[in-house]
Amino acid sequence: MKQYIIRRLLQIIPTLIGISIIIFAISSLVPGDYITAVDNPTMTAEKAAQLREIYGLDKPPVERYLTWVGNMLKGNLGDSLVHKQPVTTVMNNYVWNSFFIAIFSLILSWVIAAFAGVFSAKFQYSLFDKIITLLVFLCMSLPSFFIGLLLIKFFALDLGWFPVGGMKTSGMNGSTWDQLIDIAWHMFLPVTVLTMLSTGSLTRYFRTSMLEVIRQDYIRTARAKGLKERTVIFKHALRNAMLPAITLMGFELPSLFGGAIIMEKIFIWPGVGQVYLESINMRDYPFMLGFTVFISVLTLLGNLLSDVLYGTADPRIRLK
Amino acid sequence: MSAEAAPLKTNLPVPKKQPDSPWRIAIRRFSRNRLAVIGLFIIVFMFLLCFIGPFFSPYSLYDYSVLDKNLPPSSKYWLGTDKLGRDILLRMMLAGRISLLVGLVATGISVIIGATLGALAGFYRKWVDTLIMRIADIFMALPTLPILIILGAILSDLKVEPSDRIYFLMLIIGVLGWSSISRLVRGQILGLREQEFMQATEALGLKDRRKIFRHLLPNTVPIIIVSATLGVAGAIIFESSLSFLGIGVVPPTPSWGNMISAANNLIDFRKRPWLWIPPGMCILVTVVAINLIGDGLRDALDPKMKK
Repeated sequence: MKQYIIRRLLQIIPTLIGISIIIFAISSLVPGDYITAVDNPTMTAEKAAQLREIYGLDKPPVERYLTWVGNMLKGNLGDSLVHKQPVTTVMNNYVWNSFFIAIFSLILSWVIAAFAGVFSAKFQYSLFDKIITLLVFLCMSLPSFFIGLLLIKFFALDLGWFPVGGMKTSGMNGSTWDQLIDIAWHMFLPVTVLTMLSTGSLTRYFRTSMLEVIRQDYIRTARAKGLKERTVIFKHALRNAMLPAITLMGFELPSLFGGAIIMEKIFIWPGVGQVYLESINMRDYPFMLGFTVFISVLTLLGNLLSDVLYGTADPRIRLK
Repeated sequence: MSAEAAPLKTNLPVPKKQPDSPWRIAIRRFSRNRLAVIGLFIIVFMFLLCFIGPFFSPYSLYDYSVLDKNLPPSSKYWLGTDKLGRDILLRMMLAGRISLLVGLVATGISVIIGATLGALAGFYRKWVDTLIMRIADIFMALPTLPILIILGAILSDLKVEPSDRIYFLMLIIGVLGWSSISRLVRGQILGLREQEFMQATEALGLKDRRKIFRHLLPNTVPIIIVSATLGVAGAIIFESSLSFLGIGVVPPTPSWGNMISAANNLIDFRKRPWLWIPPGMCILVTVVAINLIGDGLRDALDPKMKK
């Protein structure tokens, strides 16, 4: 196992080099840079040249790439040009806001998907199963921005049940408890949308996995022993049906810390996804590049994690 | 003794009924899947609406009538008008052409690249396989939406003509999506190349190119069809998300995504839902329908692939 993990980690290295080259090459295609994007009318040509020199924007791309990679290996992603702070600090400031909505929707969608999947497998071809199947397709096909807008329109603007966006009511002073309630209230709609988006495919996964397990001999044995149906389903069947789903846990890694760009834009949620979108618009290279690499690393680690989890959870799988 | 059994005694081969071709079996299985058939009907309807519908519209894309601006749906304008007095229904149909085309062509590009590279990797194995699959790994780990957003921003910076942008978009979305198809095809080819019919092609002395494109790839068509169908749905969502952010298809060319960006204006968002809800529903319905078809095709063409 240890050997396997080390070998996989080593394999990640060339992939990461490729990714960093692609990302850097794409970004160097961009005409204009942060200095032109700021569009300051008092900026003279000499001043601009001076600033470019300070930020190292005047050097040839290959040199910039090597400096960038070299610094990255030391854990230094450079300073964000917009925030005037190290990229890692900016990331740390915003990533947790994204993490909160992501973890809530992750837990919710797993719980909902497990229940929906189990019952639609138990009552296969029933009306319930058919409704779930349709809902699953609907959830899997939702364009996130449109569904977000619809919810804001009906539940926030027309009915006024929820705030339109943001994370806190501005100027609110209250006890910590009140503030937490306020944040929870703001989180409701974005978490709902994110949950809807991920529940669809998860439910499908649980349902098929459950359908396979229910037909196994040991389930018949469990029933023959005279166990309660609930015990059979939730203890004997669900546990085994969860096994393949564990691989999906690893794939959630990038979405936990990567922010949800479009969701955060629509709900004006101060998360890292929104900062990232802004960094692209402002040509804030250090942040844009650093964060893109960060998400890619998370994706690769997530893949590794899911393989390892699968191997640990299911002894029948041998990792080579 | 029945009449059919009689020839058996003569030890002559019985003229058996031709077994159904795999395609016919697949069609029969597909048509038994009610949801998938409904999906197919919806898609056919969407295509007819978008490609033929505009010919029946009394308005043209360049009808600006300031008197009729921002009208709610009525018998004259079924879905109302926008701030320039243009008919929303007509714009929505024309936008559909763009969105559907971008989805189809982008997926076509992914399939061509993915199938070719996957076939090469599976056929030649060794270093070709390692190289291609490593590149596929890289593309798999690239965060698609962020990269698309960066590339979309570049298109805006390079001042690409709005009418040319859709071609670039097709290319970008297509190129970023080849890796999963190449993996599927490679896996299939690795198995297929060991089969007897490949020994036959060896014995016939066929060229590699013929072996790959005439004998191996056609056998992977079922799984390519399934993943391409689902790919179209994804491409449509990507295109509309980018257009919504203002960096995909940009006005004056209408697309479902950029019509929804009318919602960025608070008054339009709240008071004039006919501007952005119909195109959004179009995306939703189209993508649901495509996913239903894709699922039906998966069951029909490749029951083993069902997860």
